[in-house]
Amino acid sequence: MTLEFYGTEIGSRLLTGTALYPSPQILSDAVIASGSKLVTVSVRREAARERAGQGFWELIKKLDVHVLPNTAGCKTVKEAVTTAQMARELFETDWIKLEVIANDDTLQPEVFGLVEAARILNDDGFKVFPYMTEDLGVAEKLVGAGCEVLMPWGAPIGSGQGLANPMAMKTMRAYFPDIPLVVDAGIGAPSHAARAMEMGYDAVLLNTAIAKAGDPVKMGISFAKAIEAGRLAYEAGLMEPRDMASPSTPVAGTPFFKIDSAS
Amino acid sequence: MKILINGEVTQTHAKTLGELCTALGHGLDKIATARNGDFVPATQRGETSIAENDSIEIVAPRQGG
Repeated sequence: MTLEFYGTEIGSRLLTGTALYPSPQILSDAVIASGSKLVTVSVRREAARERAGQGFWELIKKLDVHVLPNTAGCKTVKEAVTTAQMARELFETDWIKLEVIANDDTLQPEVFGLVEAARILNDDGFKVFPYMTEDLGVAEKLVGAGCEVLMPWGAPIGSGQGLANPMAMKTMRAYFPDIPLVVDAGIGAPSHAARAMEMGYDAVLLNTAIAKAGDPVKMGISFAKAIEAGRLAYEAGLMEPRDMASPSTPVAGTPFFKIDSAS
Repeated sequence: MKILINGEVTQTHAKTLGELCTALGHGLDKIATARNGDFVPATQRGETSIAENDSIEIVAPRQGG
């Protein structure tokens, strides 16, 4: 089963950010080594004397991957919508990772503005990837607004805490069996990503855990393997945990076996 | 006249957003623009007038998560 967003097939379930890398070369090497086929990018103010964005754009084009621009840092519907429109022209894509942020300390999604902005952007022809909490009510509103992908946070952006609310994540997967679900943010270790994939999530989007690793290239490969392993495990079907021990070696024919007279 | 470009007070003689971008040296750059909070497509910069105290955003691709 392949991964598709809005009818477009994506060749890897590892989606990666492009920020915080030690250098553009390491960013490029890590993306290639990880096998990621979709990267997130942003729009930022450009000073003519520096022209920082122009070189970055050339680097991204060379990677030849799908590009998902974000609206990071936007706190109002208006800011997010205008930023999305600027991103659509800049990156020549109608895909947008929609972020409306409630609070600078937690970077928690502002879900009321998120739903409103999602509706405006979907009506304007965008294909919206909402960065959201795992709240089912919000998820339903986003789907109603036209979102065909949902991206709940695992934990706050950059925190590396993994899946802070695994029960809610499981519930969300069960509640939306047919909508691509991406864990976006909070992933710190490959084991966190593997766990999300074992739950049946379709993909994992992360940035800091790879970019800030001692060796981002090696960490990119590590995440790719963890995500592949987690996905295979989900497809294979995990055993149900049980509270008591259960022998794996056959009991019948055990040497010296005697029926315990007490039982 | 005095306008805000990316949050900084700037003096300009440009009459349109297109003239402003050229004057700033962005003629061939990959940029996107907004005027007073509203997106202005590249095709409309030439006919978008700018006025005293306008707030202009000029953005470009950048790393993101």
